[in-house]
Amino acid sequence: MRLPHPNPDDLGLDYLEVRGLTVDFDGFKAVDGVDLTLLQGRVHFLIGPNGAGKTTLVDAVTGLVPATGLARYRNQDLLSVRSHKIVRAGIGRTFQTATVFEELSVLQNLDIAGGVHRSPFALLRARRGVPSYVADALETVGLADLRDRPAGVLAHGQKQWLEIGMLLVQDAKVMLLDEPVAGMSAEEREETGALLQRIGEERTIVVIEHDMDFVRSFADVVTVMHAGKVLIEGSVAEIQASPEVQEVYLGRTVEGTTHA
Amino acid sequence: MKSFARSYGPLVAIAVLAVLLLVVAPAVLSPFRLNNLGKYCCWAIAAVGIGLAWGRGGMLVMGQGVFFGIGGYAMAMHLKLEAAGPEGIPDFMLLYGDGTMPGWWEPFRSGAFTLFAIVALPAIAAAILGYAVFKRRVKGAYFAILTQALAVVFATLLIATIQETGGFNGLNQFTFFFGYNLYDPVNKKMVYSIAAGLLVACLVVVWQLYRSRFGELLVATRDAEERVRFLGHDPANVKLAAFVIAAVMASIGGAMFAPIAGIISPSDVDATASIFLIAGVALGGRALLLGPALGAIAVGYGRSTLSESFPDQWTYFLGALFIAVILLFPAGLASLFGKAWSRLPRRKAAPA
Repeated sequence: MRLPHPNPDDLGLDYLEVRGLTVDFDGFKAVDGVDLTLLQGRVHFLIGPNGAGKTTLVDAVTGLVPATGLARYRNQDLLSVRSHKIVRAGIGRTFQTATVFEELSVLQNLDIAGGVHRSPFALLRARRGVPSYVADALETVGLADLRDRPAGVLAHGQKQWLEIGMLLVQDAKVMLLDEPVAGMSAEEREETGALLQRIGEERTIVVIEHDMDFVRSFADVVTVMHAGKVLIEGSVAEIQASPEVQEVYLGRTVEGTTHA
Repeated sequence: MKSFARSYGPLVAIAVLAVLLLVVAPAVLSPFRLNNLGKYCCWAIAAVGIGLAWGRGGMLVMGQGVFFGIGGYAMAMHLKLEAAGPEGIPDFMLLYGDGTMPGWWEPFRSGAFTLFAIVALPAIAAAILGYAVFKRRVKGAYFAILTQALAVVFATLLIATIQETGGFNGLNQFTFFFGYNLYDPVNKKMVYSIAAGLLVACLVVVWQLYRSRFGELLVATRDAEERVRFLGHDPANVKLAAFVIAAVMASIGGAMFAPIAGIISPSDVDATASIFLIAGVALGGRALLLGPALGAIAVGYGRSTLSESFPDQWTYFLGALFIAVILLFPAGLASLFGKAWSRLPRRKAAPA
């Protein structure tokens, strides 16, 4: 181990530790020596202008792009493991465009996410009834009324909730959500934020976001990235007070964005 | 809740097909026609596997002739040795070779070993091939070309090894099938019934697979492979399982083909034969339960009947039919049953 191991009691049981993470695309460093400690029980926001390396960071931690440095969860080195094993270790993610199985029903989408809990032999049996963890997730994300609808007909926001529901079924302890509220109405954003706070109590939630109103309302911790590096980390107030942040990010966004 | 008809309707359809194949057909068809139907059933068994791998799994398996051939040749070697008698040597080895038998033929004297090999050999071959291919994320057209090339290689290898495999002539002139004289019409009927029974059994197997969670996962892998990775599954393993099952089914089809057709030769297992299998599946409907089997039987029937009436032009008919089906019913002919069923007037079902 290259760094002294922080005491788990100080940090909560589940935390994701990133040290010196670097993603190098043929000489271009998309992520450049990032240090992050993501703690349980907090809604952690990752913000920054386009191209800051937020999504690439999440890609690296979930095995989609090769990276150097350290990304560790429960003493498991994530950079040397393939994506499906990372998921089985308890780390789940969503993508910028919701990728649910359009032809399967809402219920089936949630059920299929429960595959991590089943043995290969159990997969040969047909689904009977609704497992309790699927019913719970259905209730939590508020899609119980739509359970038999094909996921393809859901509204954009509902698809994102379904994906979050799938992460709940997977029992992901760390949820990496890539712009979950993009394209949502103000009302849907409120609901999503409340949902994240609700499920975040016993999990580590990381949200990549552009919408500053949303960040202000629901962030416990904010990390600002710029050009592959961490610019600053702190509470919303600290971030807003930072002149550097205003220069590279907030200044531009606040002036340039009008919210619906 | 799903209605009873939706859950068990397919099983009823399989049962109807079983009655048609196992009771009605032997009663009404002449021994010659029944034997032909037996051949179609063998192709249908392979087609059921293709339906699983291609229709549900999205893997366009263009070289199932290879696995059909593994099963067919394994069975044919046993029948050849049975015909030669204890300690005997297959006739063609005396004709083309020096009268010695290669050592790897020897275990096929045992019927039990042969049956084991018919299942194990294709499973091992498909597992090795599939592991190498799927772990490297080879898919789409590349996968199709690779499997097709394999069929070409396999047939070329058979033709080149006349002393060991009978070469272009293949293996033929079988007299006994596990002790039963193949010239006896009653025994021929029995062999047919075994093939038809195996077809029904394979259909029941895929019915269970399609309704299982594995079936849902396989379709999910077909439609969004990367997404499945983030459900905690390695898509390669999901595809590998379907590919191996499809290979074993093709092998079983081939194994029954040898005694029914009385011959297995490179032209039964080469690239063209593999494409005929695919054509049947596409015609019937690759993603449907009964589509591949019915399609393969229809193509087989078309091959025989049209080639009797129009020995030179029949492939054009088949080609035209193929084009028409792809244009008009991309989901296959069997999808018409489903459409007709959903248009039937019926009492309004209680809301779920």
